[in-house]
Amino acid sequence: MKLALLELRRRPWRFAPAVIALVLLTGLLLTLGGLLDGLYNGFTGALRAQPGALLTYASDANLSVIRSRIDAATTAQVERVPGVEQVGGLGTVLLGAKIPGQATEASVALFGYQRAPGGVPAPPDKAGQVYADTSLKAYGVQEGQTLLLGPQRYPVSIVGWVSDTNFLLQGGLWGGLDTWRQVLGSARPDQVLASGTYQVLTVSTTAGADPAWVAGAIDAATGGRTQTVTRSFAVDSLPGITQQRSTFNAIIDTTFFVAALVVALFFVLLTIERVGIYAVFKAVGASSGQLFAQVVLQAVMIAVVSFMVGALLALTVGRLIPPQVPLQFSASRALQVAVGLVVMSTLGSAVSLRRVVRIDPATAIS
Amino acid sequence: MGHHREAALKLENVRKVYRSGDAETVAVDRASLEVGPAEIVALVGPSGSGKTTLLSISGGLLSPSQGRVVVAGDEISGYDPKRLTRFRRESVGFVFQSVNLVPFLTARENLLVVTDFSRRDKKKSKARADQLLTELRLEERADNLPRQLSGGERQRVAVGRAFMNQPDLVLIDEPTSALDTKLGEQVMELIVTEVRARGTAAVIVTHDMRMTHFADRTLAIVDGILGDAATS
Repeated sequence: MKLALLELRRRPWRFAPAVIALVLLTGLLLTLGGLLDGLYNGFTGALRAQPGALLTYASDANLSVIRSRIDAATTAQVERVPGVEQVGGLGTVLLGAKIPGQATEASVALFGYQRAPGGVPAPPDKAGQVYADTSLKAYGVQEGQTLLLGPQRYPVSIVGWVSDTNFLLQGGLWGGLDTWRQVLGSARPDQVLASGTYQVLTVSTTAGADPAWVAGAIDAATGGRTQTVTRSFAVDSLPGITQQRSTFNAIIDTTFFVAALVVALFFVLLTIERVGIYAVFKAVGASSGQLFAQVVLQAVMIAVVSFMVGALLALTVGRLIPPQVPLQFSASRALQVAVGLVVMSTLGSAVSLRRVVRIDPATAIS
Repeated sequence: MGHHREAALKLENVRKVYRSGDAETVAVDRASLEVGPAEIVALVGPSGSGKTTLLSISGGLLSPSQGRVVVAGDEISGYDPKRLTRFRRESVGFVFQSVNLVPFLTARENLLVVTDFSRRDKKKSKARADQLLTELRLEERADNLPRQLSGGERQRVAVGRAFMNQPDLVLIDEPTSALDTKLGEQVMELIVTEVRARGTAAVIVTHDMRMTHFADRTLAIVDGILGDAATS
């Protein structure tokens, strides 16, 4: 017979205040986590998807894809560095896209690529054809449509879908390098790039090669005209990414702390209220450990139930939020919140331990 | 557990002193007492006389400051809190003054609480609980919560709970204090019947002299000093 579970089942209203608070906190945690994940993925998808361990930028670009330019001669130097297996050119341009039948434009990042990123097929055969990120569906983009890009309304047609490839919260469009060069030249005539010039190189290293060593070797071989970094470093170097994550994580951590406080306060009050009954339990032979285990079990059950209800709440709220808002619910984030909530609830309930231990069984009889 | 030939309870020069700063309060002063294996002893005395303290010491709820406490052959006066907990779980039954049933448990579950903490065989425990409830004429009320029971029924459940662990000694604190004379008599009759039926020893603390005739012997305690009722 589990006393804790029986009490939960027969007196659920008694636990309602804690459950309501934890449901709201769960909803908040999942929504914050979803926004963080949505923002992070929306900012970084294109870079995370790149093949190879390394990305090579022009050294004066300060790890900005937009500002970086790498000419054909430099690319050739990179290709000759020992430990380099494959090199591919990559370029992007950020612009507005006019969607047929839609009043508002969508912001897109058009990429031209040589080596296919993860989840993206090889470049389309024809210039003017692109794959679109599925997030653009929220703007009304459909397969087979022709989007008009930039001030010159350069037409590109959608020939398929890719996912998690956005860049700086702009919907990803993926086409051949010619398409990219033409769109860039149309949108910014002052920035027409010669054939063989890219913005960034994606670099794969040979098996067993140390990427850090290869990166140093590349930059040395180009005479310091390049800055080669790991893909994860490049991702973290995107403007605002680190600050964004640390800010959200601070809010999330604080919310977990509040959850622990709520549980601690609730069970301290409940323990004070139960002093008489606990004294009787101790008098008839219950140990402090057994009683405390009941408290912890109730805290865990409350956390689990609250998480389930809170998850439903977050999903409902998520449906009401416009699709353009970068909110992404994921199983891993949900698991993290669930585990965090259970751990914090357990820690919160532990505050009652001292009170449970101090209950004198003799008070049952006095 | 089980019934022993030796005294169910033996107190030898038991003293309990409470200290608060320099002040010292003697709650029980050199009390000696022997309760036979199937004997019922009534302990009377005014409020604050030390009768509840003596009962608590006898049941391992309090440790004496001095003296020996032996229950069914086991000297418990030197037990640490952990051993005292096990002793209470296995060897003593309590009937509390305010009944103290767990409000969210049914009558049967209130009995099972005792064996639940000792992790005894669940089937056997349930069979024993049902047997006790039948003996206490509560079989129809086994699945009722305390709020669905009358005062007398609640008291009977409390009595049943005291016998769940087949104790050597049952300690009963003011069983009639909240009851009128008629109901008090009924409850005392029930307790005495149950105690005698099992050959268990019992100490009943009461301030109600009308109830002492149910006991084999009545002792009085005044200012912590234990003596025969007639001489106190």
